[in-house]
Amino acid sequence: MKQNTLRIRSRSLPLSLRVKQRVLTVLLLLLLVTLIAMIASVAYGEYPIPPLAVIQTVLGLEENSDYTFVVNTLRLPRTLVASLVGLALAISGAIMQGITRNPLADPGIIGVNAGASLAAVSLIVLFPSVPVGFLPISAFGGALAVSLLIYFLAWEGGSSPLRLILIGVGIATVIGACTSVITTFGEINSVSQALVWLAGSVYGRSWEQVFAFLPWLIVFLPLALVKTRQLNALALGDEIATGLGCHIEWQRGWLLLISTALAGSAVATAGAIGFVGLMAPHMARQLVGATHGGLLPVAGVMGAMLVVVADLIGRTLFAPIEIPCGIVTAVIGAPYFVYLLVQQRGK
Amino acid sequence: MRAFLLCKKSGKARSPSTTVEDFAATVWIKPTKLLIEFGNKLRVVFDDAYPSGSLVRCDCNYFAAILQQNEGMTEVSNWKSRSPVLGLIASIGVLVICLFISIALGAADISLKTIYEAIAVFDGSTEHLIIRTVRIPRSLLAILVGAATAIAGAIMQGISHNPLADPEILGINAGAAIAVVVAIFIFGTSEPSFYVWCAFLGAGTSAVSVYLLGSLGRGGLTPLNLTIAGAAIAALLSALTTGILIISQRTLDEIRFWLAGSVAGRDYAIIAQVLPYIVIGLVLALALASQINILNLGEDVAKGLGQKTAWVKIAAAVAVLLLAGSAVAAAGPIGFVGLVVPHIVRLLIGVDYRWILPYSAVFGAILLLASDVVARLVIRPQELPVGIVTALVGAPFFVYLARMKVSK
Repeated sequence: MKQNTLRIRSRSLPLSLRVKQRVLTVLLLLLLVTLIAMIASVAYGEYPIPPLAVIQTVLGLEENSDYTFVVNTLRLPRTLVASLVGLALAISGAIMQGITRNPLADPGIIGVNAGASLAAVSLIVLFPSVPVGFLPISAFGGALAVSLLIYFLAWEGGSSPLRLILIGVGIATVIGACTSVITTFGEINSVSQALVWLAGSVYGRSWEQVFAFLPWLIVFLPLALVKTRQLNALALGDEIATGLGCHIEWQRGWLLLISTALAGSAVATAGAIGFVGLMAPHMARQLVGATHGGLLPVAGVMGAMLVVVADLIGRTLFAPIEIPCGIVTAVIGAPYFVYLLVQQRGK
Repeated sequence: MRAFLLCKKSGKARSPSTTVEDFAATVWIKPTKLLIEFGNKLRVVFDDAYPSGSLVRCDCNYFAAILQQNEGMTEVSNWKSRSPVLGLIASIGVLVICLFISIALGAADISLKTIYEAIAVFDGSTEHLIIRTVRIPRSLLAILVGAATAIAGAIMQGISHNPLADPEILGINAGAAIAVVVAIFIFGTSEPSFYVWCAFLGAGTSAVSVYLLGSLGRGGLTPLNLTIAGAAIAALLSALTTGILIISQRTLDEIRFWLAGSVAGRDYAIIAQVLPYIVIGLVLALALASQINILNLGEDVAKGLGQKTAWVKIAAAVAVLLLAGSAVAAAGPIGFVGLVVPHIVRLLIGVDYRWILPYSAVFGAILLLASDVVARLVIRPQELPVGIVTALVGAPFFVYLARMKVSK
């Protein structure tokens, strides 16, 4: 089947880009859907605002001061955080599935989220006086430490994808035990607060979090996109990748670092939102195929849409009780996981 | 036909087909209780299920199937033919010593003489009261929970061919946890008798779903599929648990000590609650031991030997449920005991589940007692939940297993 492709070539730079038309179409459509979801997310809530007014407020055309406060101070940053976190988690998951060659890998299952969670929960419960700004740094530190640990433990004359997953699950369990010790002995109110965070929530996120998170994306998203060729090679298997001239250990290490940075900073911003890193890449793969050049951006937008929608569901379904969006994604994600397992069997 | 046959890995490993051809087409064996060594390659063990003097025909397909199943089975080289009874008695001795240590050490240290007096000539003093109402029930519970968890782990590993099986890893504990949390949230009761049933229900549901999920994946019930299915279910359940705990701080306050896994502060009432189920589970497990031996050779071989594998698996699952369910009901989710103990036992006494199960019970009890002593001594006068100690002991072991056993 012939695929229509667009070629973009620069005369001065050693750069060329080939984009499948299908990827472009899907990407644009998804972006549109995500944008609508984001507008809906800003519009609906305890104080509903007409969608048109939302757009006008964001563009600075609306005079109503109630609207401007609710939209600009409360809902817009929250929605932005949700979408950015979804983006990061999905791309992180796609990379992880590529390097482990396991379609069921996910930063949550593999223990990266657990590491970030442990670091953040200990900060919230044990050092309540530390300013909130340190939360992302410590969570990222936790994620990085855990993924390094898993990588080294899985190393035996080379890292094996299978060992990465199994050891990841084991380490995640231990870290979960450590987290539960902290939640057992901590002061009950701060534990309660930490739990919201453990479940993954974008509640009460402000511009501060958006700006703290953005640098991570600005650094690591382009890095991920640059590495897609190596990722494609790794996904074919170690031997073929070596044959293609790819230094597998070095590249796997790099990609793992990028994936960890994205997942870690996302968990740092919004807590452990599970299953997004699992679901989004699959949905993307069904839409545009398994080549990572197209897969990563599509998965990213898909992830953004998932988290925005999950947050919207979580806060409207049982209002006034607010369900953290991580729980909504888990409830959606688990059946999807089953579906994937069944589907995999046919292959 | 009740027999099992093991391929010895020491010396040069040979491919199954050549070994079988070495054997000639048909082998005739007189099946009393006997153990036959064929050179350095094969051992045949028959139990005495046949009237002595009758002949059993083992054709070469049967040998080939068994050999294929056992290829790469390293435990076999550690097969000990001498009677393991002495070892079992010795380990029970160690268990008793651990029991005394566990009663003696803690926030207040107590001498052996006082322990004896508290049991024999109770005088109502504070120390005697501590021993009778705090230390002894706690230690007994640790023994029960340790034994039950370890046997549950051993059975799980035996029937699923999964060296990484453990109630915690495979999401059974998470299932029990959410059921208990939901019950407390809805009914507001923290009555232990209520816990037990909820824990059973939750453990059962999640065990069945993990098992089904794991067998849905490519290649069936591989260790990887089971582990991932367990991790996914555990992730979902703990997300839901967290959700409930966020909504209700009262539930959180009531349940968080239980959730971390601990045998502290339990009284005789809880022991009495779970004891019947543990005993039934134990008896069922021991009765199934030789069936598990056969199943452990692989589903096809077991079927070829005339075993109704589905029934054995269901019975084994019931035993696992009773044991793991009561353990988690009584002490909260305690991980890695069920993982570590059966492996150590196999290293010591080989692959016969008729011995693995009782050994696992004793070793599991010792491990949990010892972990509990450590948990209460490290940050004296505060206490760690014992679940964290077993996790810290078990994790390196899990990593080791994942590296060694599942590398292929």
